[in-house]
Amino acid sequence: MLLIDCPYCGERPEPEFVYGGQAHIARPAQPADVSTESWTDFLYRRENTRGLHAERWRHTHGCGRFFNALRDTTTDHFLATYRVGEAPPVAKGKAS
Amino acid sequence: MSGHGVEDGHAVAKEHAPADGPRTATGGRIDRSRALNFSFDGRSYSGYAGDTLASALLANDVHLMARSFKYHRPRGVLAAGPEEPNALVTVRRDDRRYTPNLRATQVELYEGLEAHSQNRWPGLAFDVGAINDLIAPFIPAGFYYKTFMWPRRAWRDVYEPRIRAAAGLGRAPTEPDPDRYAARYAHCDVLVVGAGPAGLAAAAAAAGTGARVILCDEQAELGGSLLAESPHGPSRVDGRAPHEWLAHTLATLAGSPHVRLLTRTTAFGYFPHNILGLNERLTDHLAEPDPELPRERQWQVRAREVVLAAGAIERPLVFPGNDRPGIMLAGAARTWLNRYGVRAGRRAVVVSAVDEAYTAAIELQQSGVFVAAIADVRPRESACAELARAAGIPVFPGATVLGTQGRRRVEAIELGQLHAGELGMRFLQSCDLVLMTGGFTPSVHLYSQSRGKLRWDEPLQSFLPDTPAERVRCAGACRGIFALAAAITDGAEAGVAAAREATDPARRGVCPSGGQVRQVAPSSRQAVADPALADPTLAARRVGNTLPRPKEARGRAFVDWQNDVTTKDLELATREGFRSIEHVKRYTTTGMATDQGKTSNLNALGIVARTLGKSPPQVGLTTFRMPYTPVSFGAFAGPARGELFDPVRTTAMHEWAAAHGAVFEDVGMWKRARYFPRGEEDMHTAVARECRAVRSHCGIFDASTLGKIEVVGKDAVTFMNRLYVNAWDRLAVGRARYGVLLRDDGFVYDDGVVARLAEDRFHVTTTTGGAARVLALMEDYLQTEWSDLSVWLTSTTEQWAVIAVQGPNARRVLADLVNIDITTAAMPHMSVASGRICDVPMRLFRVSFTGELGFEVNVPADFGSSVWQAICSAGERQGITPYGTESMHVLRAEKGYLIVGQDTDGTVTPEDAGLAWAIGKNKPDFVGKRSLQRPAMQSTDRRHLVGLATRDPQVVLEEGAQVMEDERSPVPSRPLGHVTSSYHSAVLTRSIALGLIAGGRSRVGQTVYVPQHGVMVPAEVTAAVFYDPKGARLDA
Repeated sequence: MLLIDCPYCGERPEPEFVYGGQAHIARPAQPADVSTESWTDFLYRRENTRGLHAERWRHTHGCGRFFNALRDTTTDHFLATYRVGEAPPVAKGKAS
Repeated sequence: MSGHGVEDGHAVAKEHAPADGPRTATGGRIDRSRALNFSFDGRSYSGYAGDTLASALLANDVHLMARSFKYHRPRGVLAAGPEEPNALVTVRRDDRRYTPNLRATQVELYEGLEAHSQNRWPGLAFDVGAINDLIAPFIPAGFYYKTFMWPRRAWRDVYEPRIRAAAGLGRAPTEPDPDRYAARYAHCDVLVVGAGPAGLAAAAAAAGTGARVILCDEQAELGGSLLAESPHGPSRVDGRAPHEWLAHTLATLAGSPHVRLLTRTTAFGYFPHNILGLNERLTDHLAEPDPELPRERQWQVRAREVVLAAGAIERPLVFPGNDRPGIMLAGAARTWLNRYGVRAGRRAVVVSAVDEAYTAAIELQQSGVFVAAIADVRPRESACAELARAAGIPVFPGATVLGTQGRRRVEAIELGQLHAGELGMRFLQSCDLVLMTGGFTPSVHLYSQSRGKLRWDEPLQSFLPDTPAERVRCAGACRGIFALAAAITDGAEAGVAAAREATDPARRGVCPSGGQVRQVAPSSRQAVADPALADPTLAARRVGNTLPRPKEARGRAFVDWQNDVTTKDLELATREGFRSIEHVKRYTTTGMATDQGKTSNLNALGIVARTLGKSPPQVGLTTFRMPYTPVSFGAFAGPARGELFDPVRTTAMHEWAAAHGAVFEDVGMWKRARYFPRGEEDMHTAVARECRAVRSHCGIFDASTLGKIEVVGKDAVTFMNRLYVNAWDRLAVGRARYGVLLRDDGFVYDDGVVARLAEDRFHVTTTTGGAARVLALMEDYLQTEWSDLSVWLTSTTEQWAVIAVQGPNARRVLADLVNIDITTAAMPHMSVASGRICDVPMRLFRVSFTGELGFEVNVPADFGSSVWQAICSAGERQGITPYGTESMHVLRAEKGYLIVGQDTDGTVTPEDAGLAWAIGKNKPDFVGKRSLQRPAMQSTDRRHLVGLATRDPQVVLEEGAQVMEDERSPVPSRPLGHVTSSYHSAVLTRSIALGLIAGGRSRVGQTVYVPQHGVMVPAEVTAAVFYDPKGARLDA
């Protein structure tokens, strides 16, 4: 059971959260102008990172807010959690 | 040949007078003042409090305890602890409390214990299954991949049933588990796993700093390896004998206020972020358990720091005939003697690759066992040989084993001596006990589960903990520090360091920061503390602990006892091309039994490495998985059983419905009334009556479970326009519209009536099952895409009770109860108004899911029941009839109203479903619009939602049935589509159905065929509406 540091509520256990997929995938502002390939990428293409992964979580059974996290998929360690709209912190090397 | 040594040059062992019986006169940690009676396979025996089933059986000279899995070979105990692979028993209290596959070495004795052996018929002494041992050459590892293939039919009727019956070890209980299992959570500064010397030292040291400590151990008594030490032995810690140091340390810990001691508690799993699962057993050792106590407690402990002091497991030797009852690990024999006061035999031979066995030999001899010989497999003599010879025990270096004899008990062992690789002297030594040891394997199970990295230590021939991935330290034997004093020092250091880190105010987060401290490698420490382990002859200890096998040797050499895997099997696997240790494991099943290879994995790895010509670290270990030892299912279930398995959601009107005979169905976690049978009605009859009543008079229906979301804010309309397909800015205040919600991939996700309560306030409804995920979708877009919008969302699903009143008399029923004008002029179809009903606040919708004049009365949930009853009373004269979800389904299908999730499946577009009319024509964008532009989404061949009318009106199609174009379609053929909804309509006196059919709208009038119960049922494709197509009845 992971312990996740919600930027609004502090450290809370995993069952209070819902995983929200890869982070920083912006919906095109004008979808009508976007090529089919770009649109397909937006809908379906995701990284499958071994290592640091920027992803979203929602504190569904808490404050209800979405936030972002930088998690090492090999160790499940969270390097950082940060608010929607913020840039991911620069990671100093791989998480241990 | 009996045991008087052999040819010249070798000392002859002095035979002592045989001791009386296995139990020693004094000694051991058992309570000799409390004798206990127990039974094994129906025979009565006695033992003492503190015995395990295994120690008590050995005390009664019973060594035959089991039959092996595949070959049904007679087996006794190999070990004395949880790693025991052979002696699996069933313990029975009654028909409901009946546990198979328990290790006899872990079953604590109590008065009246009833235990049975397994995997044998008719009995242990004579087992028909032993025929497998005779045909062993035909059933090596993986034989079932090459056999049982012909004839094909025989698989279903012969092979599988027989294999199934023969497989497995114990029999599972058939009654539900009547015991209670508790769930506990705990936090602490330092969790210490294992209460041997290192663990006790760690806990004491950590507690000394004031940290909150939890110490757990799987045994009933704390002490670990100290429990197997002789009280008369030479070793000292801080000037104290081991058992005195133990008593002193336990007293210190018991007196510490911040220390929780958990015995009979196995740490079975290490989970991310320092959560460990502990299984505490409370009653299995008691003759009469207190019924108030749970049988087990399952702990989830979040520890700031963890110290693993899991110890080490003794490694067997691999030689021909190494599996007979009476052949056991040397450390186990010491445990039987020193902890339980049991001599495991009268006449012993010791086969050893390390010095530790010499201690066992001397201790056993001092207790009255005749030790005929020590066969040391190392080519050069160890310093310990002198001690042994001085005690009168012959020592033979450079030894190997050529075979053993004895069926239900070992009777003799044939030893040989090798000179320069050639077999020289050989002799047969009679014995009833063989002790063997190949060293110790540090237990890295939990550490590996925590994803810590291991490294191979060549001198120890073991994997040791290296760089951890969590906040964890290893101490003592589990990281290769075996000497007692060194292990205690190591434990204390780890305990202090863990306590300091746990309570450091500068500490951040639950995960270690980059560069987690690697503990000082043990070898450097070892060289000082334990000269014996710097022994160069260690290199002679072959990888895999396999003794040299001259051609004169006879018999199979077992590597994995529980799954009957031999060296030949491992060599076969590599010959057949398996290179990865994970493949070899699964092909041979080595390490896959209930003991998870605790006594076999390293030896198997060594053998595979040797066969492949690689080093052990190149081959690697298989993945460690929880649980470390088996855990009762009940412990994982905890309180979540029966009625508490899942939450149950009920509406405000549930009690009334139940009192009026409703039959309920599950919709998600909700209980919904499915139909209201009267008298002896079955569902079909009840539904027919309910539907007719709605269309002729009036029906009342509980619609509370549907989702409701209030969308509020100055940008509410913009938000709704961006999300749903409809043009919401054109919806006037006080009006309602059917809304359709897509995902951005263009497929229908949810639907529901949306009412505009004010310029900036919408009341959005969703399907029952979609409530949570629609709100989640809304929040997702609002928070992460459109945070520029000033909107907030509130779920009101549980706040409003919803009473649907549907039918031509609906208005008459409600008119006198409400305080507002509900005539058509004031409330046209698809409108909303606020007011009061029975003097209770009300939000009233004029909407219909039945196609009749209809209203949905929303009142605060606390008033739902009373308002429902008031409406029922008022409606009596109008023939008001409660109806359930089944009738609701039929009525809406008669009108062709779709149900998302039944008539759609996540691949249906609005156009497919006939909902394109709902799309706002001039909207530049909404969720899903871009995907609808894809050519594939506009193809005319797509499956459309259409109606199906069977040629024989009394035949009802099955939901899910395929629809074929051609009556003579061969099998297999591509279907046109499938039936999504199907009912018998009492109102129309015929069957009706909806389906998704390729190009359906252009096939209206065409006959298609539905295969059903071996017949092709003809049906005509129709428009998706069967009743009142013009909708005149809605405008009443």
